Amino acid sequence: MTRTSDNILETIRMIEEESLDIRTITMGISLMDCADSDIEKSCEKIYAKIMRCARNLVPAAKDISREYGIPIINQRISVTPVSLLVSVSGGDPVRYAQTLDKAAKDAGVNFIGGFSALVQKGMTPGDRALIESIPDALACTDIVCSSVNIGSTKAGINMDAVRLMGQVIRSCAEKTKDDHCFGAAKLVVFCNAVEDNPFMAGAFHGISEPDVVINVGVSGPGVVRNAVRKAGPDASMDEIAEIIKKTAFKITRMGQLVGREASRRLGFPFGIVDLSLAPTPAVGDSVAQILEEIGLEQCDGPGTTAALAMLNDAVKKGGIMASSSVGGLSGAFIPVSEDAGMIAAAEAGTLKIEKLEAMTAVCSVGLDMIIVPGDTTAETLSGIIADEAAIGMINSKTTACRLIPAIGMEAGDHLVFGGLLGEGPVMPVEKASPAVMIGRGGRIPSPIQSLKN
Amino acid sequence: MRAVISVVGKDRPGILACVATACAQRNINIVDVTQKVLQDLFTMIMIVDLPEDLENMHAIADEFEALGEEQALVIHVMHEDIFNAMHSI
Repeated sequence: MTRTSDNILETIRMIEEESLDIRTITMGISLMDCADSDIEKSCEKIYAKIMRCARNLVPAAKDISREYGIPIINQRISVTPVSLLVSVSGGDPVRYAQTLDKAAKDAGVNFIGGFSALVQKGMTPGDRALIESIPDALACTDIVCSSVNIGSTKAGINMDAVRLMGQVIRSCAEKTKDDHCFGAAKLVVFCNAVEDNPFMAGAFHGISEPDVVINVGVSGPGVVRNAVRKAGPDASMDEIAEIIKKTAFKITRMGQLVGREASRRLGFPFGIVDLSLAPTPAVGDSVAQILEEIGLEQCDGPGTTAALAMLNDAVKKGGIMASSSVGGLSGAFIPVSEDAGMIAAAEAGTLKIEKLEAMTAVCSVGLDMIIVPGDTTAETLSGIIADEAAIGMINSKTTACRLIPAIGMEAGDHLVFGGLLGEGPVMPVEKASPAVMIGRGGRIPSPIQSLKN
Repeated sequence: MRAVISVVGKDRPGILACVATACAQRNINIVDVTQKVLQDLFTMIMIVDLPEDLENMHAIADEFEALGEEQALVIHVMHEDIFNAMHSI
């Protein structure tokens, strides 16, 4: 028997004291067979299919959680990018958002993702209609999440879509200004979006995925932080990397076990386990604090990017050893408003968007949950999106922007979302305008990295 | 089905007896026990065979947690697969 009582106590301590959990079981559902030229019929089929596939998702997660003693925090659904259905049916895409909202609520899940369009190379009329409807769709629904992929290493960056998304983000915030500008927090703009990501708000069910699939997202910043702390200040960086790798291995194994078990009980194939260090506002559940534990006075000073690069890489290596089904985004997330350490650094005024941008070149995603002044122009938002997409395109990695213009607020004010989305200070944005460049539109051609054949 | 019962708390006479009795009352067979006392802290790990019934597993987990609260101990009942998955290559 390889199991020892120390191992058993270690697992229990990780769960009890270090906030180890399964962050989400996300059921991916293809809606391709729901497409109908009549939008009402299409919506009926969508509702029926989601209810048929996902009705047991929440009870199954509850059972697994009880039996294995592991908290499973969220159950979610991702669906085929809805722009494809809009292309078939025409009509007002908001109808689809309302249908998804109702189906998700009736299935008891807490978010549904896939009000999405993939327009890295160009937009169909359906894509454009969907993108233009995002502000209304997110304002009149509660748990629908939206994402738009505007660039990729293969296709370059669609600057027409970048320009449009700056306007859409502003409009999302304005339409929900009485509700903490919450609309913008449910919208992600991607470069190199992945098709099997179980984490919100960027989850959608890619068209190369099976009909229905179970993906699992595990987390555990608290576990990694404690492991690093135990190593003490004398351990070398490669020793710290080794410790993080071993910890990531254990966490991924737990995720794989739960994913396979959920797949067996629900009767749908298991897709991937996404090992992402996803912070929550809870004390100790912070990626910034891991970096500080590695030896930075504050997460933003010199050394931050290097520490984050090592962390992100070690997490992936541990994960890949533990499971052949590692996918999604797998790495370290740095959402500002959801991470106590990031919030502290931003409050202190030392953590700047420019530093975060550098960090996104080596972490798993991008500029996430960043609150910007309410008077930030659409062109400036587009400029930030373009910068972030360029990092993703050139480095062949996923990058994303989830920017929230806090309508009526300025730098230094404080916006509170509550729950997993947290809270944070409004961060200052460089005022020099990129309006002429954004106004040009067109495409940034695909980079030389795309020509691999 | 194999499960792991873990018990942690302040040491005193009768902890093992109390948990073992609770097992016997529910027809749970104890396969392996490790226990030690470090300073004042009692730690025990029991590997047990549970009756093959999922509903039962939930009830048993609830009952042992309640027993733990009564006795000022922290008791968990968990499926053994979780430990195998995390701690072996």
